[in-house]
Amino acid sequence: MNKAAASTRWTDGSTKALLARRYGAERRFRLFGLIAVGLSLGFLAFLLITMMWSGLSGFTRSEVRLTIDLPRSDVMLDPAALAGPQATQVVAAAGLDAVLEQAAVVRYGPTAAELIGGGSVRSLGEQLIDDPGLLTRRAEYWVPMSAKGDVAAKGDGDPAIETLVARAEADGAVRRRFNSGFLEASDATDPSAVGVWGALKGSFLTIVVTMLLAFPVGVLSALYLEEFAARNRWTDAIEVSINNLAAVPSIIFGLLGLAVFLNFMHLPRSAPLVGGLTLALMTMPVIVIAGRNAIKSVPPSIRDAALAVGASRMQVVFHHVLPLALPGILTGTIIGMARALGETAPLLMIGMRAFIATPPHGITDPATVLPVQIFLWSDEVGRGFVEKTSAAIIVLLVFMLLMNGLAIYLRNRFERRW
Amino acid sequence: MTLTIALVAVLGIALAAGLFALNRARQLRGASAGAAGRLNSLPTYHAFYVALWAALPALAFLAIWSPVQSGLVERTVLSSPAGKALPPFDLQRDTIMAEARDIATGRREVGFNPQSAGLAPIYAVSITHFATIGGGLAILIALGAAVLAMRRIKVDFRARSGVERWMMGALVGASLIAILTTLGIVLSLLFESLRFFQLVSPREFLFGTTWSPQTALRADQAGSSGAFGSLPLFWGTAFIGAIIAMIVAIPLGLMSAIFLTQYAPARARAWFKPILEILAGVPTVVYGYFAALTVAPAVRDFGLSIGISSASSESALAAGLVMGIMIIPFVSSMADDSIAAVPQAMRDGSLALGATKSETIKKVVLPAALPGVVGGVLLAVSRAIGETMIVVMAAGLSANLTANPFESVTTVTTQIVQLLTGDQEFDSAKTLAAFALGLALFVITLILNLIALRFVRRYREAYE
Repeated sequence: MNKAAASTRWTDGSTKALLARRYGAERRFRLFGLIAVGLSLGFLAFLLITMMWSGLSGFTRSEVRLTIDLPRSDVMLDPAALAGPQATQVVAAAGLDAVLEQAAVVRYGPTAAELIGGGSVRSLGEQLIDDPGLLTRRAEYWVPMSAKGDVAAKGDGDPAIETLVARAEADGAVRRRFNSGFLEASDATDPSAVGVWGALKGSFLTIVVTMLLAFPVGVLSALYLEEFAARNRWTDAIEVSINNLAAVPSIIFGLLGLAVFLNFMHLPRSAPLVGGLTLALMTMPVIVIAGRNAIKSVPPSIRDAALAVGASRMQVVFHHVLPLALPGILTGTIIGMARALGETAPLLMIGMRAFIATPPHGITDPATVLPVQIFLWSDEVGRGFVEKTSAAIIVLLVFMLLMNGLAIYLRNRFERRW
Repeated sequence: MTLTIALVAVLGIALAAGLFALNRARQLRGASAGAAGRLNSLPTYHAFYVALWAALPALAFLAIWSPVQSGLVERTVLSSPAGKALPPFDLQRDTIMAEARDIATGRREVGFNPQSAGLAPIYAVSITHFATIGGGLAILIALGAAVLAMRRIKVDFRARSGVERWMMGALVGASLIAILTTLGIVLSLLFESLRFFQLVSPREFLFGTTWSPQTALRADQAGSSGAFGSLPLFWGTAFIGAIIAMIVAIPLGLMSAIFLTQYAPARARAWFKPILEILAGVPTVVYGYFAALTVAPAVRDFGLSIGISSASSESALAAGLVMGIMIIPFVSSMADDSIAAVPQAMRDGSLALGATKSETIKKVVLPAALPGVVGGVLLAVSRAIGETMIVVMAAGLSANLTANPFESVTTVTTQIVQLLTGDQEFDSAKTLAAFALGLALFVITLILNLIALRFVRRYREAYE
């Protein structure tokens, strides 16, 4: 060993430089990690903020104030008919759209007829039914604008209408109101009249079917595999297929549903029944895997104790193991259900993409579900659909968040550590 | 409708028989307390035993009868004079029959075809006729089984074993559903694919480079012969899912996992990890919308600004980037598991020799965890190539063999959706092609999963 060289290595500063380099590398590596986490969370935040930004306006609608003198107009409405059961049809046939358009044109010029849409007419009709006395006097009405006017009022429409709306705004004749119709209506061709109620109901029915099928089957097979199955080729085959099913792309389940439920069994197209069946096949493996983990974590001493006092194996499982494992199973089930709720691709395969304007009444009626509704609206060209799509996404995300929150709550509240 | 009545009746019989048996067993228990020995099973087991025997065979019969009945009804209606007058053409006849059935069962008032109104009463009569037969038989079966089961209630009868045999049957049946589903997937995909390969040769499908599934409506139509070379689709799938998405997801996911497990304080980890997992819980249709609305235009503008004139608004890059973001939590949680499984002693040894934390991670922990990480990445790839909504909404439809990320490519899943969501008859090569693509996708993801699981398992065994 060269003594002089060794001493210089420690004294000429090269070791210090090396150390500084190594610490520098350490700091850089750590920084990369921080950047990676930051970027991932940043993406999440950006995604959510973008959706909020473009979606929140979908929950509001713009209304315009118009002065209408009904007694002097061409509208012939019998106040008695307005009180009758046919009132909605009567006002719909009364030609109120012409009156509204005229009122707008008189005030804001010829292009102002564009501000009036189907929603405006319906709203005026409802106001007349509520107060037939309006028929006898000149009055001011707030009515929702057409989709074009609404988009313009939110600053995203074509310039001519935007200047028009700006003039009305200068009059104080434009206001924003919560659009309750968005939560109560179903799909429509006019973006100002669409709502998510039909899709929500479809989603609910589909999820109920999924739950009723996947939960019992999943729990029973988890119990069988953990508690009863002998180690043989059958059990191995079951295990392998469950693990593989959990990783099969969801669209393949859609193809299965199309081939088996629609073309072979002739079940009704685009019905929540078929959607639920397809999603149940998809969710079942998730429940089985979660269920097996929960059952595995129940300590053997519980089983031994029950067996020792004379319980049969079936009694041990259903009286002791299952109740203790249930919180864990439920957590897994809810997470699986949340995934099924957000699933789109397999439902497209079984025809759940039709235009459906009435909410379904049963599990065999044609229906659509919220994610598919989002997909359909995202394909629409009308500007008004952009904010509606984002608003529907907000509704969907709120439901996902609620379900996942429930799962976390259940896990924290009921899960026992042995 | 009457079958529903039979269903309710069977359930009612089962309930009544169960209650009756409960009562009887209780009396037996009271009587047998002294003399004839103790009742073998609890009274509730006797009740369940009888109720199950009353309900299940009859329900099974109803389940078999219901499709048989619709066949019989249809045959009766068709052989009636009004039914013989129907047009022989299948589709039209089926429509009229379906309408008549809906009118007869009260699901609608009037049909579009005038003939259906005349058929409806015949339908109603024969439905009632066959449903009465089937329902009556079911009720008889339920009653008979209930009586037979009831006669077995004795002091020493092992009702509990009987009930437990039924329960065991339910358990086995439930776990067989997984196998049936797998079989169903494989068989339905295989069956339809075989029909496809009778029309198109497998060689063209696997190695052809032109994809234009528009088959001719008429034989003499020009330029629409239909080409089913799927190579561009598989390239597009791999380009988006296995290359671009992984370039985003692997570094970000791996570094996030390293930072959260090795550097971050426990408090921060407890917060960041669940938040990161929200990314995995966001529905894919939301990612798709985000990709199409926000990312794709930005990518196109960026492409144009750096002088790529072919930059498309449906670029592979936009779809791949967003898919990568979606996969981050998946990669990170797999990496997290593998890193956590590396024994602490290895880490301590390296640190004790004077290595810094990052040197320990790069030279000791990561090489040791590599098989697990690779397995996780393979699973992530398999998930990415099976992902549908992002590519349907953000990637294009033109089948290009290009390595330019600003151009548009199409993927297997996009084409499956495209082929199956138009209006077409089910037997055309176009719709069958979707099943062939589905089969290919299924096989590829299956192989990826099996390899990945083998990696992960071997790695786990190494340290246990």
